[in-house]
Amino acid sequence: MSASELDGLKTELLGAIAQASDLSTLEEVRISALGKKGRVSALMQRLGAMPPEERRDFGQAVNAVKTAVAAALETKHAELAGAATAARLAHERADVTLPVREGPLSEGRIHPVSQVTDEITEIFADMGFRIAEGPDIETDFNNFTALNIPPDHPARQDHDTFYFTEGPDGTRPVLRTHTSPVQIRTMLADKPPLRVIAPGRVYRCDSDQTHTPMFHQVEGLVIDEETHLGHLKWVLEEFCKAFFEVPEVKMRFRASHFPFTEPSMEVDIGYAKVGDELRIGEGDRWLEILGCGMVHPNVLKAVELDPKKYQGFAFGVGIDRLAMLKYGMPDLRAFFAGDLRWLKHYGFAPLSVPTLAAGLSN
Amino acid sequence: MKFTLAWLKEHLDTEASVEEIAETLTRIGLEVEEVFDPATALKDFRVAEVVNAEKHPDADKLQVLEVDTGKDRLQVVCGAPNARAGMKGVFAPVGTYVPGLDFTLTKAKIRGVESNGMMVSERELELSDEHSGIIELAPKTKVGSPAAKALGLDDAVFDIAITPNRPDCLGVRGVARDLAAAGLGKLKKSTIKPVKGGFENPIAIKLEFAKDTASACPIFAGRLARGVKNGPSPDWLQRRLRAIGLRPINALVDITNYISYDRGRPLHVYDADKLTGAVRARLGKPGEKFTALDGKTYTVDEAMCVIADEANVLGLGGVMGGEETGCTDATTNVFIESAYFDPKRTARTGRTLNIQSDARFRFERGVDPEFVLPGLELATQMVTELCGGNASQVTVAGKTPKPKPPFKFDMTLIGRLSGLALPHRDIRRKFASLGVKLEGKTNVLKATAPSWRPDITAAVDLVEEVVRLTGVDRVPATPLTRLAGVAAPVLTERQARQRLVRRLLASRGLVEAVTWSFVPLAEARLFGGGQPELTLDNPISTELAQMRPSMLPGLITAAKRNRDRGFVDGALFELGQAYRGAKPEDQYVAATGVRFGQSALNGSGRHWSGAALAAEWAAVKADAIAALSALGVGQANIQISREAPQWFHPGRSGALKLGPKVTLGVFGELHPDTLDALGAEAPMAAFELFLDALPASKRKGTAKPALQASDLQAVRRDFAFLVDGDTDAGALVRAAASADRALIAEVNLFDMFTGQGVPEGKKSLAIEVTLQPRVKTLTDAEIDAVAEKVVAAVVKATGGELRG
Repeated sequence: MSASELDGLKTELLGAIAQASDLSTLEEVRISALGKKGRVSALMQRLGAMPPEERRDFGQAVNAVKTAVAAALETKHAELAGAATAARLAHERADVTLPVREGPLSEGRIHPVSQVTDEITEIFADMGFRIAEGPDIETDFNNFTALNIPPDHPARQDHDTFYFTEGPDGTRPVLRTHTSPVQIRTMLADKPPLRVIAPGRVYRCDSDQTHTPMFHQVEGLVIDEETHLGHLKWVLEEFCKAFFEVPEVKMRFRASHFPFTEPSMEVDIGYAKVGDELRIGEGDRWLEILGCGMVHPNVLKAVELDPKKYQGFAFGVGIDRLAMLKYGMPDLRAFFAGDLRWLKHYGFAPLSVPTLAAGLSN
Repeated sequence: MKFTLAWLKEHLDTEASVEEIAETLTRIGLEVEEVFDPATALKDFRVAEVVNAEKHPDADKLQVLEVDTGKDRLQVVCGAPNARAGMKGVFAPVGTYVPGLDFTLTKAKIRGVESNGMMVSERELELSDEHSGIIELAPKTKVGSPAAKALGLDDAVFDIAITPNRPDCLGVRGVARDLAAAGLGKLKKSTIKPVKGGFENPIAIKLEFAKDTASACPIFAGRLARGVKNGPSPDWLQRRLRAIGLRPINALVDITNYISYDRGRPLHVYDADKLTGAVRARLGKPGEKFTALDGKTYTVDEAMCVIADEANVLGLGGVMGGEETGCTDATTNVFIESAYFDPKRTARTGRTLNIQSDARFRFERGVDPEFVLPGLELATQMVTELCGGNASQVTVAGKTPKPKPPFKFDMTLIGRLSGLALPHRDIRRKFASLGVKLEGKTNVLKATAPSWRPDITAAVDLVEEVVRLTGVDRVPATPLTRLAGVAAPVLTERQARQRLVRRLLASRGLVEAVTWSFVPLAEARLFGGGQPELTLDNPISTELAQMRPSMLPGLITAAKRNRDRGFVDGALFELGQAYRGAKPEDQYVAATGVRFGQSALNGSGRHWSGAALAAEWAAVKADAIAALSALGVGQANIQISREAPQWFHPGRSGALKLGPKVTLGVFGELHPDTLDALGAEAPMAAFELFLDALPASKRKGTAKPALQASDLQAVRRDFAFLVDGDTDAGALVRAAASADRALIAEVNLFDMFTGQGVPEGKKSLAIEVTLQPRVKTLTDAEIDAVAEKVVAAVVKATGGELRG
């Protein structure tokens, strides 16, 4: 084969490669040129039969053609493969603007009462308070008598108590009207020093815009040999700052009366009203948030603690009310209605676990 | 308890402002609920003189006035017939809000004549309904001065809440004494002068009690005043009563009401001409009735203290007098009663008959027993001053109850309980102004409380007085000792588990609700409750009458309400308490969840990626199992039995058991009858987890067991079995897993099939068994041997056969 024929073959093959419009055509070209029986391969096979002087020159020429064709094939293959992938991907295009399901973590909620209870627990746990519990159905003794509210005491009327039918022992169980009976249970079960809080449901036979027959309170109790009113004041101030997540709070302690504490106080917290929002720690308005005092000696005697030796304080605060103040729910009744719209709006994401490190409302 | 500033100042010498008084009252425990200052409401209204009055050129009934306001002379159009030159009245300039008209005055043209303000009537100021003419003030009234003062309306009204321990502050004088003790002025001397009786009291007074009931009324004093002239009481008295919301009736009754509020001393006046024979206090007799001043007839009982004459019951001691013998304008002879009634008995009587009265309110809290006679003298003094007449001598039956004994007071208790360090001088001064007597010179004193303070009986009561009058603001905040450098955990395992389950269920898309602890009786019965011991005696409504046996009725009805509002798919849970009985140990904690509509783990309702499955047993079983797994009880350790209670679908429910005795929970689709009874609709599925049933964790320490991960390749083999249609898949999986506990690491049931190729009444269950060699790679022979054991175990347990 002459040099010009070899050039012609090269031109023909390169032309066929250039014209190949898809990978299978290109593969046919490759086989026809470089395949075992391809035209270039056939020329190579002829080399063996040539005289050595011709073999060198012809071999070089054929090799040059082979190299050129192989390079063209490779280039074309890359080009066609790229185009094919692009075509396939174009075909696979999805509408990525479709909204996706966010999954259960976005759906689930923690009720504000639970969340706020966890917040309160977090704060008091840091001050060494453990969580005490007691039943909702209480004895008259624990709910009243042991708390220095004997039968016929006028304070009993203020409690709007739910009663059950008289038991075999002649007393009527009650639905606890406050979390204070947990004080009694705690002091009967354990010896001082004691630091506990007792969150839970309480019940009053009362229902209107701001009262529901069931609501939540948290009781606090410290009993030892030295805790006084100054400690109570400190604990409540620290609690309010931590709970409302403000650097300073204004608090006002007003003398009051509860049968189970003496001296007794009601505590107001300073706030400002900006639009519909309450801002704790600002302004000059006052809002009553809790009742507290030094545990009455008669209460200590009722649980057989010697008031000459032991003393301490107790306080009670409404959990629902704290939640409303902090998070702005307008209506207490909605807390217990099970309305998904309300629960989703005011509820908390499952992983919003209140911690002191990350902040209570993170 | 209401009073006015002027009234207070009759007992208290003070220069303090209304604001200072209010602030102090609140601080010392007499919480101010409202201060109403009529002067503030009327501050824009001024006294003005009509200088000139001419007929309106275009209207017959109108006049054009020239008014001197003290600042300007203004033209005012006025329709009042009594408007005339020279009269003084109340003027409202442009820009004033007129309460009786509920609008703010603007400059106006009335029938073409400009009018710059208004002369007002009493109705326009909301003082009365009087509207026949404008207010006419005395000629001497100063032009330009505040109208409130000219009208005698410049007396601020305080409304304070009195805690039940402070009956002494149910009288203005008691409030004044407290303010004086708080340093806000000086208590004035009492001005009660005994009125000498001119004749012997003809009305005998008797106390007819047995020894053990004599405490009902230990002392009863009375006297007759003859020849009185009853009728409306004087203006100052009427105004004062009206200011505190009482309706003036007649002078004699008004006097008793006045003293009740002035001194906290309730009294009663009888028309003596309507009495028959001796007046006595005694216990009621069965069947006795009387008509009280409120016009209602009450039946008394033997526990009540009544006042009676020879013929009838006249009243309930300490609670309310009778209509028959009350004083009217025609009364000329009045019998005045002042007595002491036992607080407890008075409270019981009031409660039994449901009577609220100012007298009951005071007696049940405890009036001053030593003020029985001074109160009677004060009343006589007022009666003779305001109504004339002659008073008889005083008759007293019984004796003033013994004063409370003195008690020991260690002054160091103040510091110990309050953290306050106060000079003893200050403390002693406070007690002196409260009327507390202290004897002794050391720290340990003998203290005697005044007769008007039933609340002071022990040392701690005196500490309260000191703290109250000093102010808690002055107590230094003192940090609690820190128990540990880094706070130790405080939750019990039970509490921590509840927290974990709550967050876990929420993280599965369930929304936490808090529903009532009480439900309708019928709903409680549907869920195994309804015991009489859990029925409220005094429910707020029948909807909230029975303690719930489970959280399911509350959650199902909440789901129903959401559905009714158009939210048809969702998942709710509650973690709280329910009641099996009234004893503390009958209260149990459960985590209960309900899925309704299309609700599953991946979401709820329709979606382009595929709608959520209708709420079914598998979804709620997964919720329950996931919670238990988080608590350390894996699915492999839980046995599923078909022992779910009857409120579940019998074929699509189960119980989660730990051994034969412990039921950790139940789950399933709800029974259609249960849903019907609650007005709810399928699909709805629920689970209940009894968290208290879970045994305490056995874990000790924090280390986890060492990981047993073998480097040897695990081998997986699939088997399909043909079993009867009612064979439990759980039994098949258990059987396979038990075939070789050493080698079989996992059995995964990956297919359940009925239909083509599976005979009628049968089903095909396919499992993947993972073999994990521990020592050496398994040979084919060893694998085949295990496979044979698996097949044998499954066939034995289920009666099924290996599919070819």
